[in-house]
Amino acid sequence: MTSAALPRDGATGRGPARTLRQRLRGVAEAAVTPLDLDDVLDVFHPLRRGADLRARIVEVRPETAEAATLVLKPGRDWSGHVPGQYVRVGVDVDGVRLWRTYSLTHGTRPDRHISITVKAIPDGVVSNHLVHRAKPGQMIQLAQPEGDFVLPDPLPSRLLLVTGGSGITPVIGMLRNLFSRRNPADVDIVLLHVNASASSAIFRDELRRHAAAGRLRLVERFDDRDGLLDVEHPEHGLAALVPDLDERLAYGCGPAGLLDALEAHHESRGLTLHTERFRPVVLGETGEGGTVTFGSADGEGVTVEADGATPLLDAGESAGVLMPSGCRMGVCFGCVVPLRSGAVRDLRNGAVTVAVPGETGPEGVPVQTCINAAAGPCSLEIGATR
Amino acid sequence: MTVITKQPVNPTAHLTPEDIEQIGIELDAIRQDVLDDRGERDAAYIRRVVDVQRKLELGSRAVLLGSAFPPAWVVGTVGLSVAKILENMEIGHNVMHGQWDWMRDPKIHSTTWEWDNASTAEGWKHSHNEIHHTYTNIVGKDNDLGYGIMRVDEDQRWHPFMLVQPLWNFVNACVFEYGIAAYDLDLGRNLKLPKDKRSPDFSRRLKATLHKIRRQATKDYAVHPLLAAPFGGALPTLTANVVANVVRNLWSHSVIMCGHFPEGVETFEKKSIPDNETRGEWYLRQMLGSANISGSKAMHLMTGNLSHQIEHHLFPDLPSSRYAEVAPKVRALFDKYELNYHTAPLPQQVASAWHRVCRLSLPNGWLETTTWKNAPQQVSLLYKMSTGGRKVRRAAQARLEQQARRLRAAKAEAAQAA
Repeated sequence: MTSAALPRDGATGRGPARTLRQRLRGVAEAAVTPLDLDDVLDVFHPLRRGADLRARIVEVRPETAEAATLVLKPGRDWSGHVPGQYVRVGVDVDGVRLWRTYSLTHGTRPDRHISITVKAIPDGVVSNHLVHRAKPGQMIQLAQPEGDFVLPDPLPSRLLLVTGGSGITPVIGMLRNLFSRRNPADVDIVLLHVNASASSAIFRDELRRHAAAGRLRLVERFDDRDGLLDVEHPEHGLAALVPDLDERLAYGCGPAGLLDALEAHHESRGLTLHTERFRPVVLGETGEGGTVTFGSADGEGVTVEADGATPLLDAGESAGVLMPSGCRMGVCFGCVVPLRSGAVRDLRNGAVTVAVPGETGPEGVPVQTCINAAAGPCSLEIGATR
Repeated sequence: MTVITKQPVNPTAHLTPEDIEQIGIELDAIRQDVLDDRGERDAAYIRRVVDVQRKLELGSRAVLLGSAFPPAWVVGTVGLSVAKILENMEIGHNVMHGQWDWMRDPKIHSTTWEWDNASTAEGWKHSHNEIHHTYTNIVGKDNDLGYGIMRVDEDQRWHPFMLVQPLWNFVNACVFEYGIAAYDLDLGRNLKLPKDKRSPDFSRRLKATLHKIRRQATKDYAVHPLLAAPFGGALPTLTANVVANVVRNLWSHSVIMCGHFPEGVETFEKKSIPDNETRGEWYLRQMLGSANISGSKAMHLMTGNLSHQIEHHLFPDLPSSRYAEVAPKVRALFDKYELNYHTAPLPQQVASAWHRVCRLSLPNGWLETTTWKNAPQQVSLLYKMSTGGRKVRRAAQARLEQQARRLRAAKAEAAQAA
């Protein structure tokens, strides 16, 4: 199927250089056409080397009432990660595959498993599914790890980690990795862990155990007990909580408000700060009509203004774009192209489809252009289909 | 059938334009109910069918390795036939319709699926999804009405070639996958053109189809027999693959014939379809232009739910597994608007479709005007029509139709008198 377009070295090798393995694969491909050998192998071993990257849920461990850690067994092609990095996962929620990004919350584990910790946010379709409905044994799609929110090598002698809410998730990965080393690193760590309340603090008990064992100094701030943290406050602010602030390399992860304050604070003191921002899924403005970009994969494109009643197909054609088309009434699926970003509205029933780069699927969201109109700015990829 | 606009009583005559738009609104509501409820259960269904189909096919092929042993041949051949039918009908046809696109799974998507058939997914999606589903049963526009090789409607002109169409239909049924491939390429018309007049697009599609046919044939008739050769099963495996492909061809041909060819399914005149046909009018055409097959759940599965052809034509992009549950609502709508919901068991529908193919192999009016007494003259007239030129045919045709009309009028009078 799709991957047929991407020849593997095994299938295309010719001549004397062709190994026995490649020949066998060639025979196997010929025996299962029009499927790919991978489609057949997926039935039996979806996590093998060479398969699309996926993971099986091994365990769903509740952390708080609204957060859970998912321990995952990734496919053999998982490249490994550095603690602090994040991963994009594709989860089938109510039958529809949705992609989201979560921090990896373990370092390298002996069992090769990885974990993500998810906090269910109000109206969060994927996060609520993962926290409350995901079951061991289920499969999810995976991308390779990304992100540069990682500790430097060699480690500094003093660290300050500031986390707000689920911002602890990349940091716990760093800590677990540090503390599980055979020769513990000689780092003096202060962790400022800010949460709405004690009960909503993810990894509260684990962190307290680490603190009790003298591995770090834990400063807990609960909004309901201590009031909102004012970073600049001379008596209760950061400088008061962490007196040797200036000598610590700082890492911050959490909600935008906290990070903005931290950045301002550190900048004014001329200190370095590494931050990781969790982007909420910004659906953008969904309105009537908008600027539509018809672009090719290599970035060239045509931009037009389309109203909310004009099918994208018509808008593209009248701008001279070579659009794939068919029945022009929503029946034949001959006009389907990937929506890269933005929102479109089904003219038949008003249903809105949204694509957010980095959040929805890596290939965008395929939409029918003949019955969808712009519902805000959007970008379509033309010429991507076979 | 005769196109509805030429029938003595147009089956849609009792509907006002407002009725027709109301039908559209009610059908849209039925569709929306399914969309609102579509979810995990549906996704699990198609994934299970794909999983079962793949295991069944692999298992059957494994059994065929031992096909030198006759019971293994029987088991393997039956399994492979069923697997091929499932792949084409419940999976391939429906996935290519975009019925599962909403899952956003690139592995089960109309833009990526390729099926176990000589015809390419691209060719099929064009001729089937786009032309047939849009212009359903419009004489002169929907080539599925006889596939360009048969006459299945009174309003398609008779040609002497049609005399052998029952035989032709049977041959087509046996090699149906190649028939579809040729049809999707519009091969007959394109081959008539001189080579330099053929479009580059045709050459590309032809090449893709030939490439696919070669790969398909290599798989079924070379690779698997060779794999079985060490166990002495080369020849039996080859025959098993031939049988499975023919069984799949005969079955899919029969099911597809039942969709639009049974007697009583309506057809439409090109000029009676307005340029700006409304959604209600389009729906109405699908309602009258399709026929269902009644039967068990297993039968629905094996037909890829094309047994719910009416529901499929109304909602080609709804998951096939939902047709059974919307069928009662659709049928109630037919009753409410006094329309004929055409459904019957498989043998009856197949017989009816074949009846139509045989009946229309003869010129209009010929059977009606033939009695035992005038049979010799009628046969000689048919011979003249078959061997004579177009003018001869046209004149004879006009006379036949006139005679048939008179006969009908006389019969009606006699009936009234009685």
